[in-house]
Amino acid sequence: MSDILSYPFMQRALIAAVLVGMVCSVIGTYVVLKKLAFIGAGISHSAFGGVALGYLVGLDPIGIAIPFCLATAMAIGWVSKKGRISEDTAIGIAFASTMALGALFIGLKEGYNVDLFGYLFGSILAVSWSDLWLILGLGLGVVTVVALLFKELLFVSFDEEMAAVSGLPVQALYFLLLGLMALTVIISIKIVGIILVEALLVIPAAAAFQLTRSFRVMMGLSVLIGVVSGVVGLFLSYWWDLPSGATIVLTAAAVFLVCFVFSPKRRRRLVTSKG
Amino acid sequence: MTRASVVKLEDVWVSFHETLALKAVNMDIEDGEFLGLIGPNGSGKTTLIRVILGLVKPDRGRVEVFGVPPDSLGAKHHIIGYVPQRSHGDWSFPVSVTDVVMMGRYGRIGLFKRPSSLDREVAVKALEDVQMQDFAQRQLAELSGGQQQRVLIARALATEPKLLLLDEPAAGIDAYGEERFYELLKRLKEEQGLTIVVVTHDIAVVSAHVEKLACLNQTLYTHAPPSEVITAGTLEKVYGCEVELLAHGRIPHRVVEEHK
Repeated sequence: MSDILSYPFMQRALIAAVLVGMVCSVIGTYVVLKKLAFIGAGISHSAFGGVALGYLVGLDPIGIAIPFCLATAMAIGWVSKKGRISEDTAIGIAFASTMALGALFIGLKEGYNVDLFGYLFGSILAVSWSDLWLILGLGLGVVTVVALLFKELLFVSFDEEMAAVSGLPVQALYFLLLGLMALTVIISIKIVGIILVEALLVIPAAAAFQLTRSFRVMMGLSVLIGVVSGVVGLFLSYWWDLPSGATIVLTAAAVFLVCFVFSPKRRRRLVTSKG
Repeated sequence: MTRASVVKLEDVWVSFHETLALKAVNMDIEDGEFLGLIGPNGSGKTTLIRVILGLVKPDRGRVEVFGVPPDSLGAKHHIIGYVPQRSHGDWSFPVSVTDVVMMGRYGRIGLFKRPSSLDREVAVKALEDVQMQDFAQRQLAELSGGQQQRVLIARALATEPKLLLLDEPAAGIDAYGEERFYELLKRLKEEQGLTIVVVTHDIAVVSAHVEKLACLNQTLYTHAPPSEVITAGTLEKVYGCEVELLAHGRIPHRVVEEHK
């Protein structure tokens, strides 16, 4: 164990797994409770367009993906609030067209030989110190905003209409939450990749939801599950020489399965199934 | 004696897509009034409440709550307490009873700040008002329908409203609970000078308790004491036929006696 950790790349990977596991699980709590999973998928896949655009114009792919993801998040939010077309249709359109844009940008770039696979499925062992600083900076920002607006985000997640009646700026809070999701996606790209980010947003929180009826406990358990899955997945991938992003996600999925099967909620519901 | 107007609607029209929900509604709810809003299913009762709350903007007409349009109430929005239909809630959401009642304070506390001891006191008091203080630490999903309903009422009370709007509040409460519930509303009205609007389709029960009844079916038919409404043939106009009302048949004796 200790000799693995003597490699600097492994140390960086471990720190990244812990940080990303925490941030994803905090935001994931809202994603699961407010049923934003599909929006999350839309936002995360749009990152591909941003990354590819960065390659095309020769700038830092992640740097370009940040405004690209934020813009897509706001666009999806705006369309779903305006209600001209249904939310899932809007996401379906944004989802596919931003991916297509990405493919187009890659195609336009002559002599294409970029490591796309790393962006799509993660490359945690290649995390650099500058990647870590970005993860730390954005992650701290996201968690700080959540801490400051904890009660407002709770109210809006539970009952948006009542929150509006109480005079909370629900529209602004909704867009803020989408923005936080976009930033969370960005910092997760290096770890599990664009295709698999959604899993870290949904699985730890969904597993935690099986175990508790308390919001704060759920968020705490979600963070615990996210971090443990990240670390365990990382070590398993190292020992067995497996793709690390996929191993982290599958570890989280296994934890979810266990929580789901042994959920005390489901057992109680069987007894008092009157609803 | 004329009392100040709390809610004023002038020629309010609302339609969703092509369906007309409210047609030329004029309404004046006075300070301290205890009003029952009745009408058949799909008559626009909930829409009318949502118009007063500012959640639905009318296509035409003017809405004033405490003298201003509801969306200009801003940070003062909490002077309207609202108890939504229980069927609209997400009851699997992981929150405790105290969490939910405390949410009633959030509009007053303001962004970024944490609840003070005063906020906690008000929340405890609101739970006592609905006799749910023993359930304060329970999770919402563990409560029965009637208990959940009382938590929603406590949350509305925790906002310390001047106007209380309740949408089908007695749904899921048994007859005994219903009686106590209306007594609670009466007490709140007397102690705190609340203006109360109860939306219901149960004419019989509500008319035994409120001071005035308003009958809605797209448009507002009447707004008068229950004894006048029930005997003036208005119900037949609103509901289309008398038979259906008789079939439900629970007109309490009290109303009849008042009339004679």
